[in-house]
Amino acid sequence: MNKRQFMKGMIVFIAAGPDFATLARAAYAKADSAKAGGSGDPADMGLGDYDPSEHWYGMGIEVDKCIGCNRCVVACKAENGVPDEPYYFRTWIERYSVLANGETEVECISVDPGKQQREPPAENRDVVRSFFVPKLCNHCAHPPCVQVCPVGATFATQDGVVIVDQERCLGCRYCIQACPYGARFLNPNTHTADKCTFCYHRVVKGLMPACVEVCPTGARVFGDLRSRASRLVRMQRMSKISVLKPDLNTEPKVYYSQLDGEVR
Amino acid sequence: MAAREQVKRLGLVLAILIGVIVLVRFVVIPRAYFSTRHHQASTVKREVAKPVHFAGMAACRECHSDEYETKSAGYHKGLACETCHGPSTGHAEDPMSVKPYAPRDRTFCPVCHAYDRSRPTGFPQINPAVHNEGLACIACHNPHDPVPPEVPQECSACHAQIARTKAVSRHASLACTTCHEASEQHKVSPRAALPSKPQTREFCGQCHAGGAAGSSVPQVDLATHGSHYLCWQCHYPHLPEGNP
Repeated sequence: MNKRQFMKGMIVFIAAGPDFATLARAAYAKADSAKAGGSGDPADMGLGDYDPSEHWYGMGIEVDKCIGCNRCVVACKAENGVPDEPYYFRTWIERYSVLANGETEVECISVDPGKQQREPPAENRDVVRSFFVPKLCNHCAHPPCVQVCPVGATFATQDGVVIVDQERCLGCRYCIQACPYGARFLNPNTHTADKCTFCYHRVVKGLMPACVEVCPTGARVFGDLRSRASRLVRMQRMSKISVLKPDLNTEPKVYYSQLDGEVR
Repeated sequence: MAAREQVKRLGLVLAILIGVIVLVRFVVIPRAYFSTRHHQASTVKREVAKPVHFAGMAACRECHSDEYETKSAGYHKGLACETCHGPSTGHAEDPMSVKPYAPRDRTFCPVCHAYDRSRPTGFPQINPAVHNEGLACIACHNPHDPVPPEVPQECSACHAQIARTKAVSRHASLACTTCHEASEQHKVSPRAALPSKPQTREFCGQCHAGGAAGSSVPQVDLATHGSHYLCWQCHYPHLPEGNP
């Protein structure tokens, strides 16, 4: 190709550009209408009558009700097929022990849910107070994990649930590093990032997330922040609420009541 | 001069190239191509299609209304059926051939009810090593309506630590009811009917103020002895100072 040919081709291409654009737009419009009114339509996502734009989900944790029984952890693993091996959790429970010398010990008691029964904790330690704190993905309104994903595989749905596209995720672990709450892990089976989805497949059907369903003491409260009648909004009215790491401005949607200042 | 001509031409080619790229990126390729809507919608679709393993209490209630009513009236009213019976969607769909898990041995109940210092105060806890060793929990307790098989007669059945402390103190000879009034209902619903506690300095004063001199009971003058404080702010009534 000499210079003259190149210039000719360029001129033809520029002239033809808008035509290509029109054709491409028509093709996309066709694809959209074929999917019953575009991909923003709930019916297209298998949601039925459920309209995600009407909801905004969050979870409440009443720390002083948690008995550390790990039923939520076991249920989450059963419901979501999380690997049984320790250290793969979508939700887990931490035991905080504030010692007399001012130090705070944190221990994840979900690593071996049966361990608790076999070895009751040593009582000779100088523990001032001790309590359990359930943890999970905070489904931040400004999620750092979504910001850092290089391929846009993780995103927040319209109803405020942060989920991962297992087919787009590269498994680069950047989001796992970015999450200030340590709520993500790399699933050893799919080799993609994995995290709590608030049991999205249950929530859209009107069921509670598995951890909330099985919690024996009502320490976990799930609800729609857009509905004043939801249990979560009532809990927010009745309790003093705090969130984890508020200074990061991630605007977490997991709300803790009676949270001790030592909890990080 | 030749060099200037070259720069001009190169500049023209560059300008055209940039123009083309801008045109292609912003005009030719439709915006929908860069939209994340499509792959996000398919992600939501995949997510929503995942199977449900926990059927939810409403599903259990349809057939097991008796158990539901029993449970709703007792201490386990806040528990979902599947908290103990495990994920049971399979059973809800095919009740005859799929049976849910039913814990019957001693290992399950202590998951919640074994003593653990981090558990909230007031939550019923036992020490599995000494609590009726060898017996299944359900031999004495109905898990759908759990209550102690016998109403405890002695305060020490539940308040063992206080009872042990008091037993070695100068107050050992005092009955709990000397200072606390507990209704019968307190034995059945401990937290619904709380026992009374002394409220005033004068209550302790009944024994410790202005009594007969030479009595073995320590005497103080309420008017001068720590008049700004309540007695139990300095003295622990279950273990007052001095050994018996």
